[in-house]
Amino acid sequence: MKWKASIGLEVHVQLATQTKLFCGCRTTDSNAPPNSSVCPVCLGYPGALPVLNREAVRLTVRTGLMLGCAIRATSWFDRKSYFYPDMPKNYQISQYAAPLCEGGAVEVEGEDGIRRTVRLRRIHLEEDVAKSLHIGRRSGVDFNRAGVPLMEIVTEPDMGSPDEAFAFLLALKRILLCLAVSPCNLEEGNLRCDINCSVRPADRSELGTKVEIKNLNTFKGVRDALRHELERQQAALEAGELLEQETRRWDADAGATFSMRTKEQAHDYRYFPEPDLMPVRISVEERESWRAALPEMPARRCERFMQEYGLPEYDARVLTADRAIADYFEEAARGASNPKWVANWMMTEMLRRMADAPSEAWARLPVRPAALRELAELAGRGVINSPTAKAVLDVLFERGGDPVAIVQERGWGQISDAAAVGGLADRVIREHERVAADFRNGKAAALQFLIGQGMRLSRGKANPALLRDELIRRLGSRSESAG
Amino acid sequence: MEQPQINVEYVARLARLELEPEERDLFQGQLDQILSYFERIRQVAVEGVEPTAHTRPVYNVFREDEPTPGFSSEVALKNAPSSADGLFIVPRIVETS
Ligand SMILES: [Zn+2]
Repeated sequence: MKWKASIGLEVHVQLATQTKLFCGCRTTDSNAPPNSSVCPVCLGYPGALPVLNREAVRLTVRTGLMLGCAIRATSWFDRKSYFYPDMPKNYQISQYAAPLCEGGAVEVEGEDGIRRTVRLRRIHLEEDVAKSLHIGRRSGVDFNRAGVPLMEIVTEPDMGSPDEAFAFLLALKRILLCLAVSPCNLEEGNLRCDINCSVRPADRSELGTKVEIKNLNTFKGVRDALRHELERQQAALEAGELLEQETRRWDADAGATFSMRTKEQAHDYRYFPEPDLMPVRISVEERESWRAALPEMPARRCERFMQEYGLPEYDARVLTADRAIADYFEEAARGASNPKWVANWMMTEMLRRMADAPSEAWARLPVRPAALRELAELAGRGVINSPTAKAVLDVLFERGGDPVAIVQERGWGQISDAAAVGGLADRVIREHERVAADFRNGKAAALQFLIGQGMRLSRGKANPALLRDELIRRLGSRSESAG
Repeated sequence: MEQPQINVEYVARLARLELEPEERDLFQGQLDQILSYFERIRQVAVEGVEPTAHTRPVYNVFREDEPTPGFSSEVALKNAPSSADGLFIVPRIVETS
């Protein structure tokens, strides 16, 4: 029998705010000492009152607008009641009945190159819970994460394979980075996923029994968990077993999912409107002003880079993966006589030097985009050679400035004057008569040695192609094809 | 119209409350009474009325995304029944597999 899988995801995205969702405590990373960014609100003290962070609302709506969601004119928060030490008020403030964003879609390109649409159900805003560390028979609780704003993006069960779910997450991350709404640092748990999946005979349209897999914090984990879980479900169905609607946990070490048998199987969260918060109203003017500030979709920008700047697809993809990098490149490439030169510098030296830097670093880089454009011009036209260009880039990274001025100030200009290089070639031949004779007698490799000597004498400033021509002209064209 | 019933025992379990039999009977009666008020409200025609999330017509109470001082971890942990390594220590509650 043929089987068909249906996969839906709930992605919890940590928003790029300075402070928590309902209090002024800073959002911290995992290096912060435990319980160092806490207050009565996020510790759940009785009587402490939450006040909504305006920026968290803006970032969520911005994401919704980018993904084509409808933005609710009025939305509000609800209490989701449950008991667990990670949530001492015994309810999590979330959105249930009236989320900020509804509908929308993400375009996903699979490995087969075919584009599919994954529909979204909703995007809502909620607070993160504390982190529990289990130590023997006790648990230690750290509230630094409690109250951090999370945007939960819920999809329809539109994905048909683990690879498609993986491609969806990559596409989503790219958009979130482009919007600058989340740091998207997976090691810090900035993106966490819950999976819904089911398997049914291919000729049936009604979905099979739904199984939930909780709390995956890597994209690879999502793909691996799905591969194993869908296989397990299919094998069970083939053996004629009935599947149970349940929640399972992925164990990466065991490479399998395990049922989480909770005493309270049917979760009853008893949602009701949070009386401590006022509803949110987003006016048409505000919504439209946020829409007008949206960046270009990464996929569209990628295509434009290929057409406008003549970049190969791979380069265009790399340069549009992060909006900060794309903006930097575009500022440098605009007005360049050959944008491809700029792209080459970006793809090699710049990305290598900036490999570990956060996205924000690009905007404050001492190397201004215009300086990189100048540098690419100087190197591309052969005014300076490649090692010199890299040395200029070192200076630019250190203190910024203008490449032309740096080259002049340090006397680093490449010697491209035929007479000067010709003189250099004469001197090399004079000083290395025997090697020159070897070349005349057909030993092609001798030419490289002579070029090397010329470069050394000029302290790297000679134009190597010109030096080569001048040497060959003096030594006769017999071995011109060699070298 | 049929009178809805509330399962006091179930609600008590969700709320982690242990009730004596007398309390259960008392609350059953009280909650049934409250529910009957809602039954009366249900008879009001509300088509076209926007659901209310709050009793006061106030919207958009925001704070700016600016840090304000909170507790030091020493102060925060003063209220902990038990603490170690900067963490609140509680009995382990694990959804067992
Ligand atoms: Zn706080």
